[in-house]
Amino acid sequence: MALSIRVDGLSFSFGQRGENCLQGVSLEVSESELCCLLGPNGAGKTTLIRCILGLLKPHAGSMSVAGHDTAALSARQLARLVAYVPQSITAVFPFTTLEMVLMGRTPYLGMTASPSRADRRLCMATLERLGAGHLASRPFSQLSGGERQLTMLARALVQEAPVLVLDEPTAALDYGNEIRIFQLVTSLVAAGSTVLMTTHQPNHALMWADRAVLMSAGSVAASGGPSEVITGDRLSRLYNVPVRVTSLAPPADEQGDQEQQFFCLPEVTPPRRRRGAADQPPRIP
Amino acid sequence: MISLGLGRYPLGPVKLVSGFVAAVIPGAGTRLSSIDRIVLVQIRLPRVLAAITVGAALSGSGAAYQSMFQNPLVSPDILGVSAGAGFGASIGLLFGLPFGDVQVLAFAGGVAAVLVTVAISQLIGRGSTVVLVLAGIVVGAMAQALISLTQYFANPTTTLPRIVFFLLGSLDSVTMSNLWLPALLAGASVLVLYLIRWPITVLAAGEDEARTLGVNRYLIWALVIVTTTLMTASVVSIAGIVGWVGLVVPHLARRFVGPSFHKLLPASLLIGAIFLLAVDDVGRSVSSVEFPLGVLTALIGGPFFVALLAKARKEWR
Repeated sequence: MALSIRVDGLSFSFGQRGENCLQGVSLEVSESELCCLLGPNGAGKTTLIRCILGLLKPHAGSMSVAGHDTAALSARQLARLVAYVPQSITAVFPFTTLEMVLMGRTPYLGMTASPSRADRRLCMATLERLGAGHLASRPFSQLSGGERQLTMLARALVQEAPVLVLDEPTAALDYGNEIRIFQLVTSLVAAGSTVLMTTHQPNHALMWADRAVLMSAGSVAASGGPSEVITGDRLSRLYNVPVRVTSLAPPADEQGDQEQQFFCLPEVTPPRRRRGAADQPPRIP
Repeated sequence: MISLGLGRYPLGPVKLVSGFVAAVIPGAGTRLSSIDRIVLVQIRLPRVLAAITVGAALSGSGAAYQSMFQNPLVSPDILGVSAGAGFGASIGLLFGLPFGDVQVLAFAGGVAAVLVTVAISQLIGRGSTVVLVLAGIVVGAMAQALISLTQYFANPTTTLPRIVFFLLGSLDSVTMSNLWLPALLAGASVLVLYLIRWPITVLAAGEDEARTLGVNRYLIWALVIVTTTLMTASVVSIAGIVGWVGLVVPHLARRFVGPSFHKLLPASLLIGAIFLLAVDDVGRSVSSVEFPLGVLTALIGGPFFVALLAKARKEWR
């Protein structure tokens, strides 16, 4: 399958003498793949995606998206190839949800143009496809976290870019919304999109991803199929807490025709309460 | 715009209203003596047009800056243009130059101040809006100090009062011949701002996002800074320093039409023109002594802004 994102020997540091935040990072994501980027805080996940998005200029190395060297692309050309869903967005001004989505059409508009009726229809239809049509005229700043994330996904969709980059898209979401976003993202991947997302949950990668990349201290620690990359040993070392990766035995009648589903668990137990405290019924004042 | 000028005109003496009608539509209204007509066309009309220009230009550039900096507290003089223009004008007045030359110096001072601001921010903080704004504050403060210096050296009986009155803001010295060029510059700048309305809207929603959506933000910054500087410097050269309009009017406009720049710009221009026309009408008709324009806009604009904030609080929290 064709490569969709290729990062080769990327290095980056803030300031002249600063330590390298990224050091020789290489990464490959194929077309129509969901790749999860994992790693402790400060490992360089966000720096890496900001480099891919053209927001930071790397010192060394090269990147290409959908076969185009990103260094040779203008902002507008890059925006037609990569769409970005930020972790959270706070608009200072009370834009409506539809206006926020319309901004996704910017890479296709001339500098002196504004969105056309057709753009408007497309954005409305996309919002409706995501089940968020009713939000169109509401101020974006008054939406809940899940509704904002849906809006940002709609904006990325109308950008019609083959590659989506998501920065912790579910960090602010409740359990149900988290699963809904992953369902949506995997359906996009099934339809041909390539998705690179950062996440703090190894279980996200085990459950949903085609590929996992583990980052540690500015370089790639491991990369490959999620169940090969995410092992108890690696996670324990990476996060410095004991972690175990196990699988649920599927029910007897489904055995054989279903892939084993792995998940990871912390191997720690909450401290025992002092004797007596647990036995007493909660006091009701 | 002219019809709005008419609508606001009844605040002036009734005699002039009918005269104004007669001048615009031949045959209508009460015919006036030729002396009255000269008073009207050569004194009243330039003043009304100047008020419209000043109000519209300040509000339009305020709206552009607020969008570009994603900050509703920014006003058009944030990069030091007003103070720089004030200093240029003060120099001209100090040496007793004619009003035309004073205008040129004011314009040059405003543009120079912004150039210094941009140069500082380029040297020490490439691409950071925070550094840009801080540099603007520094340059503005230094220009203010230089204004004080010219006042210190000015002759207290002749040039000092003229400097002080100019800085307070007034439409007194406007004639058709010194109005048309600044108005033309401001008009051209408005046109450019309207052309880049969509990139400005996208920038207003967030800088990084604008970049990932393919907006060339440095180009848009440059265009906005150049146009607003031209607009504000032109305005100061006509009317001295008129505060508050550029801060308050975009807020009001945003309440009516939302933050999208393709609607915000025209609304700000319109409301700004009406507001300044009204304030100027009040200033010259409330008493026989004329109130300085800059003082009035602050006196009216301040409480107005507080009222606006009180109303908007619900939406912001």
